[in-house]
Amino acid sequence: MDYATLLQILDSTVRLAVPLLLACLAGLWSERAGVFDIGLEGKMLVAAFASGAVAFLTGSAWAGLLAGIGAALVWALLHGLASITFRGNQLISGVALNFLASGITVLVAQTAFQQGGRTPSLSGEARFNELTLPLAETARGVPVIGPLYADVISGHPILTYLAVLAVPLTWWVLYRTRFGLRLRAVGENPAAVDTAGVSVARMRFSAVLITGVLCGIAGAYLATALQAGFGREMTAGRGYIALAALIFAKWRPWGALWATLLFGFFQAIALRPDVVPIPVPALEALPYVLTVLVLAGFVGKAIPPRAGGEPYVKER
Amino acid sequence: MRQIPRWADVVLVPLISLVLAAICATLVILAIGQDPWEAITTMVTGALGSAYGWGYTLYYTTSFIFTGLAVTMAFHAGLFNIGGEGQAQLGGLGIALALLFIPWPHWTVALLAAIIASAASGALWGAIPGWLQAKRGSHIVITTIMFNYIAYALIVWMLVDVLRPAGQAEPATARFGLGIPALSDIPGLNLVFTDAVPANISLFLALIACVGVWALLWRTPLGYEIRAFGKSEPAARYAGIRPVRTVMIAMALSGALAGMMSINNVMGESGRLLQNSSEGAGFIGIAVALMGRNHPFGVVLSALLFGFLYQGGAELGLWTSIPIDLRVVVQGLVILFTGALDHMVRMMLGVFFRPRKVA
Amino acid sequence: MLQSPNTAPAIELRGISKAFGPVQANKDISIRVAKGSIHGIIGENGAGKSTLMSILYGFYRADSGEILVDGRETPIPDSQSAIRAGIGMVFQHFKLVQNFTVLENVILGAEDGGLLRPSLSKARKELARLSRDYGLEVNPDARIEDLSVGYQQRVEILKALYRQADILILDEPTGVLTPAEADHLFRILRGLRDQGKTVILITHKLREIMEITDTVSVMRRGEMVATVTTRDTSPAELAELMVGRKVLLRVDKTPATPGEVVLEVEDLRVTHNGVERLKGVSLTLRRGEILGIAGVAGNGQSELMEVLAGIATATGQVRLLGRDLNLAGHEDGRDRRRAGVGHVPEDRHHLGCIMDFAAWENVAFGYHREDDYRRGPFTDQAALKADTAAKMQRFDVRPPLPDLAIKHFSGGNQQKIIVAREIERNPDLLLIGQPTRGVDIGAIEFIHKQIVALRDQGKAILLVSVELDEVMSLSDRVAVMFDGRIMGTRDAATTNERELGLLMAGVTETA
Repeated sequence: MDYATLLQILDSTVRLAVPLLLACLAGLWSERAGVFDIGLEGKMLVAAFASGAVAFLTGSAWAGLLAGIGAALVWALLHGLASITFRGNQLISGVALNFLASGITVLVAQTAFQQGGRTPSLSGEARFNELTLPLAETARGVPVIGPLYADVISGHPILTYLAVLAVPLTWWVLYRTRFGLRLRAVGENPAAVDTAGVSVARMRFSAVLITGVLCGIAGAYLATALQAGFGREMTAGRGYIALAALIFAKWRPWGALWATLLFGFFQAIALRPDVVPIPVPALEALPYVLTVLVLAGFVGKAIPPRAGGEPYVKER
Repeated sequence: MRQIPRWADVVLVPLISLVLAAICATLVILAIGQDPWEAITTMVTGALGSAYGWGYTLYYTTSFIFTGLAVTMAFHAGLFNIGGEGQAQLGGLGIALALLFIPWPHWTVALLAAIIASAASGALWGAIPGWLQAKRGSHIVITTIMFNYIAYALIVWMLVDVLRPAGQAEPATARFGLGIPALSDIPGLNLVFTDAVPANISLFLALIACVGVWALLWRTPLGYEIRAFGKSEPAARYAGIRPVRTVMIAMALSGALAGMMSINNVMGESGRLLQNSSEGAGFIGIAVALMGRNHPFGVVLSALLFGFLYQGGAELGLWTSIPIDLRVVVQGLVILFTGALDHMVRMMLGVFFRPRKVA
Repeated sequence: MLQSPNTAPAIELRGISKAFGPVQANKDISIRVAKGSIHGIIGENGAGKSTLMSILYGFYRADSGEILVDGRETPIPDSQSAIRAGIGMVFQHFKLVQNFTVLENVILGAEDGGLLRPSLSKARKELARLSRDYGLEVNPDARIEDLSVGYQQRVEILKALYRQADILILDEPTGVLTPAEADHLFRILRGLRDQGKTVILITHKLREIMEITDTVSVMRRGEMVATVTTRDTSPAELAELMVGRKVLLRVDKTPATPGEVVLEVEDLRVTHNGVERLKGVSLTLRRGEILGIAGVAGNGQSELMEVLAGIATATGQVRLLGRDLNLAGHEDGRDRRRAGVGHVPEDRHHLGCIMDFAAWENVAFGYHREDDYRRGPFTDQAALKADTAAKMQRFDVRPPLPDLAIKHFSGGNQQKIIVAREIERNPDLLLIGQPTRGVDIGAIEFIHKQIVALRDQGKAILLVSVELDEVMSLSDRVAVMFDGRIMGTRDAATTNERELGLLMAGVTETA
């Protein structure tokens, strides 16, 4: 494998890691507040559909992004309603919302566009196009680092840079603000927050809504940046891989970045069977197998937030 | 929260959840500019209006009984098995391997082999996540999801590179030499099912499995251990119930039930193994189990309901402009209302029941 | 205002009632708590003390009644209002975030502004002042999970003081403390009172009430039955008020006649998550005697019980009737039962039964594979239900309904079902932990009698209880555990509370 091939793989690593990173951070917010969310997949899917559809209708990728965030927020609110307000089973709620997303997106896409459950192809301003960072072409001449900067770091849509910025932002809010302190406390011991006179439900809803926003961006990235339009089941299990990455990251923002880059890398090499001489299905299964190994603790041990998955009920 | 009587919890909660899901589905149909009345009449006529329709409804019902029982079995051990899909497909692979390479003398023997092969491979695909949960602490929900994807990749590889007959473009195995009788092949029943229908004798197998699961869970020490473990792991440990063993047995049984679904579709209907053979039935098992209150007899009723929904939904896709995906929407709604918003439904019901004084 | 603020009570409750579903936890309760006093509220478990205080702290809302703070009517719909009204609460189960530092826990919910840094540095200074003023030293940067319970309790008190509480409520604060730690707590509380704070102390321990309070209110079954000045009352009078009749605190029993050795434990060690919980425990137990293990909760008693019951692994040697037991995990609870060990666990809700199961299913719990409960491959439900009905009759379980889920029985009746299950299997060794926790007085007497009767049949009994009174009155010999070790063993007839209390605090006479 030569350097150019490596750069190509790294470039597609970044492309494939972005939705994983956004979804992983989304899951981080929710789970840090004690709400499990296996519905990341469904939220991304409705967001991808909404952004694909609205971007096509308005011709604006930004309008699509807003629509995607809006759709994911509706799903997030439903999850909050079921798992916070009505203290339902958070896992089942997530599964249900994933199915709902999978059915509704195709149903509406088919009714509206009659293209077999897809939205029409996007082009021009309806997509987030690639940005060239300053000096990318000038730097290309510098050996090793130059092409890396020009081909891997530069040349991504704005959402990619937003996603990377979301990492330090998440870290700062979680560890340096009152909101973050209370949010982490709610995921560890909600009773401590409740007795301190802070509403557990409000904190958890805030977290779930942030999850919605991030999933919305992730979905919009899929439909309006990575690809040119929404396609049936286009999330392809990314929501679940993001959850696995979250465990791998031990629920930490910077860990999320590295974990999703790693998983993005696996997805990227699965696209290049010419480079690695392994059957394609084996490459496709690799991220899942690795996830299982991570989950099984063969690669590091992770301690989840203590109150995760438990609806908060005042004890008697 | 107010207590509601047990009968209301068992009967009314699922019924009201169903009504709520139906209302939401109606709204969805209206929202896409279609006629709900046309939808329901098309579904009823298509699924229940003829012996032919029943032949399909019962075919789906059979699959859903198996996958619903699979979810039920795991649920009683406190495990949420979302891996029914992968376990069912592995079951199909087991059947394919058992039927392709051994010339069985008679379909009865072949059926026996298929039962063993499908149950064993499904059990394997369930027991590994079970082991990982019990021994390594991996969350069963995530692991079983991953195992669905791994199963999918495994089967693609088997179908493309290993089992595909030379010269065939489609990723599928050759046709099996032997199948099982459809309902329309059985003397007596063929008076009702005059046309060939996909529903087959595995329906009876599914019903037997129901009784078996019920007897196992509520009438044997093993079932007692599974249910006790599902309620409280520390208490089960106190009672000398071994966690790893119990989790693995429950997940193996769950996987075996899901795997046996393939007798219905792979051996019975298609007669060969195709990609994505289970067609989502593994996931529908979740809705079936929740709707059936995780009781084998409830599972039969709700499997029938979903059988109707699936056959009716297919008819919708054929005769109306409502896409077939409405089925998935209804499935999601049923899971949402019965599994996650059940407290809301109980609260609504609680209004009608005055609290009983006990103190 | 008609009342002068000097004479108005710090807290006055008028006609407070609260029901949880069909259970009336508080019935028309009125009480006045004088400013600058230590006011005790005493009552049995389930008398409604904690509910009342949770209402005062805004954690629950009363169904009816009103709250007056400093003579002014003050509605307290939530904890935030209670904090604003100057009320602080130290719950029995601490409300601390385990992986946060002391400082982070103190500011949680009382931060100044959106950024943490200024809040933290302000709290650091304030904490230093509070530590100095009240003798509440604690490292502000320590993580809660690394602190002992005594220190964790201080953090809870600091949390309340940081929020400028003038009224401090403590719910069963000594349950987790050694006698020495409890003494230190009492010194802190007296200091708080002397500086004008009002302290409300909830407890079910008569000794504490007599030792520290100025006034005491007695609760029984959700009602306030009396409020008296502490120095004008006696423990006997309070006990009678609590229970509603004369209590027999002593257990009638003849001196023990120990026989052959049943249990020999040698150098038992348990390590859990890298922490050594048992540090070489050795003991011997003979037929016909009760060995009581005294000690503050969390000093290794639970680990000892779990190892002997086959639930946890350990190193060392345990011989039961001369046979070596496997401690490495090859034997489980079922093997132990077959070897003749009965086990009534300390935490019956958590371990001893399945709350959703019917009474008859719980009677089978642990014995569900025994031949007398089986018919072929199936469970013999008829035999099991008949056996349950018989046990219910012998142990006077009410209501005597084998089909009723065990969660619908009272604590005492649940415990009777479990004790019946374990005793009637005729074990050679009975492990019994906290036999009367959350059990009403009548059932306590009954269960104590059953334990003594079992001893008189020549069985060996290992009793673990955090209630020193219970250990002293029930046991023939008392071993005291501290920090994973047995500090000493005393003859129950000749030892006294002071001697055991010192051992419980880890102090030996020679040291």
